[in-house]
Amino acid sequence: MSLAGALARLVAWRLAFVVPLLLVVTAAMFALAKASPFDPVRQYLGERALVTSPEIREQIRANWGLDRPLAEQYLTWLGNLLTGDLGESRSFHRPVAEVIGERLGWTMLVTGAAIVLMLAAGLVLGTIAAYRQGSWADRLITGVAYASEAAPVFWIGLIAIWIFSVTLGWLPAGGLTDAGSATVTVGEVARHMILPVAVLAFSQSSWLVLFVRESVIGALREDFVIGARARGLRERTVLAGHALRSALLPFLTLLGARIPELVTGAILVESVFSWPGVAGTAVRAALAVDFPLLAALTLLATVAVVLGNLVADAAYVIADPRTRVLGVS
Amino acid sequence: MKRVWALAVAVLGLLAACSAPVDAPAEDDTFVIGLSSEFDTLNPVLGHAPDGGSPLFDGLVSRAADLSLRPALAREVPEVNGTTVTFRLREGVTFHDGTPLTSEDVAFTYNAVLDPANNSTIRGDYAAIEKVEAPDPQTVVFHLKHPYAPILQRATLGIVPKRLLEGQRLDAAAFNTRPVGTGPYRFVSWTPGDKIVLEANESYWGGAPEIKRLVLAFVPDDNARATRMAAGELDATVLPPKAAARFENQGGVTVHRVPSADYRGVMFPMKRPVTGDAAIRKALNLAIDRSAMVNTILAGAGDPAFGPIAPGTTWHNPAVTGSATPDREAAVRILEEAGWTPGPDGIRVKDGTPARFTLMYPAGDSLRKELALAVASDAKRIGIDVRPAGLDWDAIEPRMAKDALIMGYGSPYDPDFVNYELFHSSYAGQGFFNPGHFDDPRVDELLEQGRATADEKERKRIYDEFQQRIHDQAPWAYLVYLKHVYVIRGEWTGIEPAVEAHEHATGGLFRNIHQWKRAA
Repeated sequence: MSLAGALARLVAWRLAFVVPLLLVVTAAMFALAKASPFDPVRQYLGERALVTSPEIREQIRANWGLDRPLAEQYLTWLGNLLTGDLGESRSFHRPVAEVIGERLGWTMLVTGAAIVLMLAAGLVLGTIAAYRQGSWADRLITGVAYASEAAPVFWIGLIAIWIFSVTLGWLPAGGLTDAGSATVTVGEVARHMILPVAVLAFSQSSWLVLFVRESVIGALREDFVIGARARGLRERTVLAGHALRSALLPFLTLLGARIPELVTGAILVESVFSWPGVAGTAVRAALAVDFPLLAALTLLATVAVVLGNLVADAAYVIADPRTRVLGVS
Repeated sequence: MKRVWALAVAVLGLLAACSAPVDAPAEDDTFVIGLSSEFDTLNPVLGHAPDGGSPLFDGLVSRAADLSLRPALAREVPEVNGTTVTFRLREGVTFHDGTPLTSEDVAFTYNAVLDPANNSTIRGDYAAIEKVEAPDPQTVVFHLKHPYAPILQRATLGIVPKRLLEGQRLDAAAFNTRPVGTGPYRFVSWTPGDKIVLEANESYWGGAPEIKRLVLAFVPDDNARATRMAAGELDATVLPPKAAARFENQGGVTVHRVPSADYRGVMFPMKRPVTGDAAIRKALNLAIDRSAMVNTILAGAGDPAFGPIAPGTTWHNPAVTGSATPDREAAVRILEEAGWTPGPDGIRVKDGTPARFTLMYPAGDSLRKELALAVASDAKRIGIDVRPAGLDWDAIEPRMAKDALIMGYGSPYDPDFVNYELFHSSYAGQGFFNPGHFDDPRVDELLEQGRATADEKERKRIYDEFQQRIHDQAPWAYLVYLKHVYVIRGEWTGIEPAVEAHEHATGGLFRNIHQWKRAA
């Protein structure tokens, strides 16, 4: 089977699968929100709920269509979605598309930078640990990786703020820019980004470090590595060109599967660092029972996970000829 | 490898170039206020600062420090004439985009609030208005459904330009995040979750502000706000009393404790056997140690409360008062006289009914929780068993007719506000209005007369009697009035503390920040 054919088949299968998946996820979310004990109208009114007559509350409920049967609410929402209308966020008083649009970029910036940092640091540290297996460097790297795997993200975030912002005063504790500045400048954002990105990358990279270490250790024992060494190749070439390369294949699938964890990590990091991204907004939408926004964010997260897996599998198809030859997709 | 390095150097250079300040104004011109929560909206129609606390918008009238009304967009404060009120507009006022303000904008603003389709959170406050008309560009006429004396107090609502909002879905209008008003500050930017930046409106009808750039930074965590205040990142902030203590006696900053009409009290269900007995309610009122509540729970930032109208406002009846320290002997005497005698476990009993009731409080509110626990321990000492229960609001609402609740209300502006709904029998059991089913025909009568009477002296007499009757029947045990605590850096003239409402983000002490001047 050709490469293009294999890819096309993979994508077609996934797309056929994604439509029912999204239907199930969104329907389940509607049912859950309906079962939630929180009243969206009270959350919308906030403290004014106490001075608003029941009659006005009912009027708002009716305006939102919350008095309709669940199935009707769901179908209306679905119909609007198909025409590209995500509705209006009740807690932000703005179209959902706008609320998400202006925040998605900031989340992508932080998670994107964190992925790059995590890959770079994970590969380098994992390979060093494997190459110098048993040395103090190996023990330090694996020890820290185990510790970070066990520590919650928000806790690492708070510790980082305490060390780098409160005690040392090197980096800002939160926000996108300094409190006094009116414009968003690249320099300020870069400075404010350091802690969230570092914390997110640190908390998510431990599995990567440990995985790379294990695979490289395994690969170093393989015949082709011994052969390469026997041919007198430089040690760096043996390590990077032979051992690491063959150790990396399963890693692609693993990376795709790990994307959901990155999303939850982003939620916590954005809350701790008051980073104005979509993940933090999800928390606010959930607390305010802001249904249209919550639905759109759920949709977005589902699509992100499906896409992550698809990209990982596609990369696998490209990287490993066996999957094509054997028709595994 | 070389290419990678070149790229890295180029990126670093780019970052450095961009971080150079872009025509930033001098430090002194910027004033940063740390607020505890982000605005839900900046649209007055949807509920932004209806009591006139927005730096972006003006109402028809505004308030002086003694809470008396003074003209703002209106040329003078008009008389209420039965069911019509006519405002004449100030000439030559323009919105920040340069378009002139006309009566069409005023009518549009009020009618938009009243339109049920707009889901305005403040619509209930304007229920007395039938419609608002603009017969000519400088005249606005309010038509009321019934004579309603406090209507002028509702004329502080910020006026929005009709041109930018007409025919749009207000829930999704771009205006909500890029507002255009007539106020002393114009909108520059809003970084969601972070801050709002405003700049002085140099052509403000009331004179250009001295503070040229105003930043409203959102820092929800109290400790973070205190830390950033101490670090000099913020120029002013609002803090809970205990977090503000570190700024006391510190050079360069001033701590302001401003009284408010915001009270906390125990609402009693009137139709239940224990709390329905006036002797129990009066005894509790006497047994509560309000001075301990103010000193320990509020760290001194509060006043003891004895009625629904705040001391310090013109409407307060000075006869409605009491002792901040408890008088347990008098409380016990009242209970004994009413037939509540101590049972075997120390809890009083009357006709086989133990003096026991549940006192609910919203679980997430630590102040109300501490107050509930204090009430329970004070009650125990006179033989009443009060059982505090922390619940979510959604669980509290259906139980309000049968269990007592720590509630908070209070408006300094007019005695009709909230009190009508809380004590008029027609509102009994209507959601959070009169949840205890209080029912007194004389109080109904007074409340009806009060809102229909225009004469100030007569109104004062009516509400004095209203306060006395509430005090005598004790449908609530009022506990404390809160003080709002502000920390402000630098020496300023023009800061005018006034009795504040519950909401005090940019209202409160910052409501006239455009008039603050640096002390020489």
